[in-house]
Amino acid sequence: MTTTTESPAGSSRPRPARSGQAPRRPGRARAWATRAPLLPALVFLILVTQLPFAATLVISLFEWNALYPEDRAFTGLDNYESVLGESSLRGAVFTTALLTATVVIVSLLLGLALALLLDRRFRGRGLVRTMAITPFLVVPVAAALMWKHLLFNPEYGLLNGLLGKFGDLFGFTAPQPDWISDMPLLAVEISLIWQWTPFMMLILLAGLQSRPAELAEAARIDGAGDWQIFRHLTLPHLRRYLELGALLGSIYVVQNFEAVYTLTGGALDTANLPFVIYREFYRAQDYGVASAAGVLVVIGSLAIAVLALRVVSSLFREEGSRG
Amino acid sequence: MTQLTASTRQLTERPRRPRSIGGSVLGLAAWLGGLVLFLPVAWMVLTSFHSEADAASNPPALTAPLTLEGYRSFLDSGPWPPLINSLTASLASTALVLLLALPAAYALAIRPVKGWRDALFFFLSTKMLPIVAGLLPIYLFARNVGLLDNVWLLVLLYTSMNLPIAVWMLQSFLAEVPVSVIEAAQLDGARLPVVLGRVIAPIVLPGVAATALICFIFSWNELLLARVLTGVVAETAPVFLTRFITSQGLFLAQLSAAAVAISLPVLAAGFAAQDKLVQGLSLGAVK
Amino acid sequence: MSKGRRRRRRAWLATAAAGALLTSCAGAGGPGSGGANSINVLMVNNPQMLALQELTADHFTAETGIEVHFTVLPENEVRDKIGQDFANQSGQYDVATISNYETPIYARNNWLQPHDPYLAEDPDYAEDDILEPIRTSLTGDDGQVYAQPFYGESSFLMYRTDVFAEHGLTMPERPTWSEVADLAAAVDEAEPEMRGICLRGLPGWGEVIAPLTTVVNTHGGTWFDADWQPRLNAPEFVEATEFYVQLVREHGQSGAAQSGYAECLNNMVQGNTAMWYDATAGAGSLEADDSPVRGDIGYVAAPVEETDSSGWLYTWAWGIQKASEKPDKAWEFVSWASSAEYEELVGETLGWENVPAGKRSSTYDNPAYQEAAAAFYEVTRDAINEADPIDPGVQERPAPGVQFVGIPEFSDLGTLVSQEISAAIAGQQTVQEALDASQDMAESATERYRER
Repeated sequence: MTTTTESPAGSSRPRPARSGQAPRRPGRARAWATRAPLLPALVFLILVTQLPFAATLVISLFEWNALYPEDRAFTGLDNYESVLGESSLRGAVFTTALLTATVVIVSLLLGLALALLLDRRFRGRGLVRTMAITPFLVVPVAAALMWKHLLFNPEYGLLNGLLGKFGDLFGFTAPQPDWISDMPLLAVEISLIWQWTPFMMLILLAGLQSRPAELAEAARIDGAGDWQIFRHLTLPHLRRYLELGALLGSIYVVQNFEAVYTLTGGALDTANLPFVIYREFYRAQDYGVASAAGVLVVIGSLAIAVLALRVVSSLFREEGSRG
Repeated sequence: MTQLTASTRQLTERPRRPRSIGGSVLGLAAWLGGLVLFLPVAWMVLTSFHSEADAASNPPALTAPLTLEGYRSFLDSGPWPPLINSLTASLASTALVLLLALPAAYALAIRPVKGWRDALFFFLSTKMLPIVAGLLPIYLFARNVGLLDNVWLLVLLYTSMNLPIAVWMLQSFLAEVPVSVIEAAQLDGARLPVVLGRVIAPIVLPGVAATALICFIFSWNELLLARVLTGVVAETAPVFLTRFITSQGLFLAQLSAAAVAISLPVLAAGFAAQDKLVQGLSLGAVK
Repeated sequence: MSKGRRRRRRAWLATAAAGALLTSCAGAGGPGSGGANSINVLMVNNPQMLALQELTADHFTAETGIEVHFTVLPENEVRDKIGQDFANQSGQYDVATISNYETPIYARNNWLQPHDPYLAEDPDYAEDDILEPIRTSLTGDDGQVYAQPFYGESSFLMYRTDVFAEHGLTMPERPTWSEVADLAAAVDEAEPEMRGICLRGLPGWGEVIAPLTTVVNTHGGTWFDADWQPRLNAPEFVEATEFYVQLVREHGQSGAAQSGYAECLNNMVQGNTAMWYDATAGAGSLEADDSPVRGDIGYVAAPVEETDSSGWLYTWAWGIQKASEKPDKAWEFVSWASSAEYEELVGETLGWENVPAGKRSSTYDNPAYQEAAAAFYEVTRDAINEADPIDPGVQERPAPGVQFVGIPEFSDLGTLVSQEISAAIAGQQTVQEALDASQDMAESATERYRER
């Protein structure tokens, strides 16, 4: 038999039959028995992730500033008004979108280039791969501190040191930029791209290695060039891996806190949404406004999540068709 | 399969003169890419072996004498409690994740229930909610029930943080188990535990290992929750690291040493299990 | 709710929430953990505090048997953490380093233990020895003292006497800012390897805002007038800020927008700058044994324009959390750390220039300290005594504070404004743009005061 499951992403492809499967034997008990293993995880997630958000929603309707404990009162939607009226949150939305898009796209492209290079056989390939994944394995706050103090520092940072040496070598005075104040958002982006490129590379490398070699061989015999093979065979095959990388990358980069907090402390127009909410909670201590901002961010994230999930669903459909 | 691919590729490459100039240029480019990504870490490791004065010299001193001073002051600063806390939080939450995610993934992959896709999408969507938006209620709850500054609270939160991804990964690994194998075993009269232990486990164990590795890494790295919810006794290693920044005096060598030391468990695990990492990250799409 | 009932409910909830996994471990951590005879202290990682951490076990714990668990964090993080713990009265920390900015605000919210009962029973502590401006700034609206100072500071101008002498420049005893600007230009021209002056540019209300606000005060500007109308883009404020930004851009240190106290100290020690306007506490580091510029520094009062003095007033002080379960033990620690006896201990073990000074007048009468701090102790004491948080400028103020405005909103507002100023120092916008944006933020931040 075939069970046609409804997919929220609009996939109508029937899942291939698994003959002799449970659904053939109807009965409530049986249905619950198959569902039971799902429940602990589901209940746990609802308790730990959904309940706090519900509480946030309630708090967002109150005037509640920790610094004025006496003034707690129900205010309806006032907090939302002040959040939307604040330019810092609007700026943070833009910054978050820009930061996420730049980091994900650039690290995908760099990761793709690196994966293509590493897919070939050459001397020391294993070592190069090991070196290339290192950034992903450094604890993020350690990486952020490293960029701020060891690399970007204008006085004794490595970047300006190398620039200076380079200038000496060719007999000119190399510029010594003050990286974090001259290009704050770029500095944050560079550190994150550095950290996420290996991640993208790993996923794409996996995709490349699962590519059937016979197809490329046949195409080559038919007279196709390297570029044509890449364009018409490799890239379509990599599509779902690219999508997967973009999805997972976005999930984590949107929520990034360490890099902004450590590198710029949210100054110079680099405050993203997680940082702004953190600031409202812990510096301004305006719990009501912070919660309202949190709720708005959750709504925004959900909108993006629906879009993103629609994208993954193509990946999902293929997966469903296996087996 | 991998072997097959490798050998066919060798065949295909032979007519293209693998030692061509173009080939070496591309090899060189790969080396360059790897080196550029590695350079910052190499610099951090080198700095961690310098004296504080050399670490802050301008221009940077490449050939300064090496010393263990940075690591000595890291060890003197009492790093063991935070490291043990991090280890506890990461290992326990990873175990709990597997405990919860395996049955769920089983229900979703081997014996799909009605609406299983919805469930799967629900799991992933919780991962997209910014955790910072729920931070205040979590903090207030923890304060009221006395779980503040308790590493087991982090275990719970890290479990919820990693559970969605783990369910997805495990689901895709389990979906690879051929139904015919299970049926054959069942026809032979094997009971469920036997099917699970003898038939399914050997096939999915590598996938479980990959999932566990990734959950461990994300838990070990977490900073925001740990910073807000821990204090005196439950401080984790990433929070501890920020102590090495002082408002006065030089701290670069110490900071580098501490950063390297704290990243070491993840680096070691990641290097040792590179293939697992690839497998896990591609949600089981690669065998 | 009675304590017992709450505890029972807590235990129940904890079990329910944590499940079987936790039952063996719940209660192991939690607030106030670490044994009955111990206290938790949260403090900023300044050198004076690190010295205290070193000396505590051998001296305080050895004498009293009270174990002290320190959590030491950089300034921004310590403020976030203290705010969170005290505002929710979580009681994780018995004692924390708070400043004269937080103390009255926290006291108003009933987050701190008043110290008056302890002071009354503890004559050895010699509270009347505490410098008057410091003591007043740690007093709540109800007249009770809520924190004990660990060290106090004002601000003054430090300059290289040897460089000035070499180029025939003289520093007036009470310089004006225009004189300082001329001197900065002169040194800049005469010394190619040295910048004229170092001024903070790092974002943070405790960083660039502190010196800048003193400059604004003495130029006749103010953050707010007596009716809480923001005056950030008023002509005096703009003029003073333009002066500050121009001075640091033309004759200041490189990387100005990212340098704070620590970076300027480093510049001064390394001989990269001829003048430095900053905290009086900086003198101790400049005159330390291993400092290459030791003995070459002159100290004069904070430069002025329209006021008689302009130095700020700041103190890191010990506050005891109201929710602390061990306030008596906390007081024992606080009264030891802020005592003259502790200063003596530091003087004898670590050297007199490392003493956490600026809080007790007896320190300045001590011959050993006078000798070690000969170059700066008088200027420092006078600067602290002259600072007037109630009337720091030319007009009436709605809230106390020299380099800050004593309202809860200021820490957030000051940080946001500091980011605008810092961007102006980095050359990303003009001073006028920075202050227009700041004015808007100040208006929305203080709405509640104008409504009343």
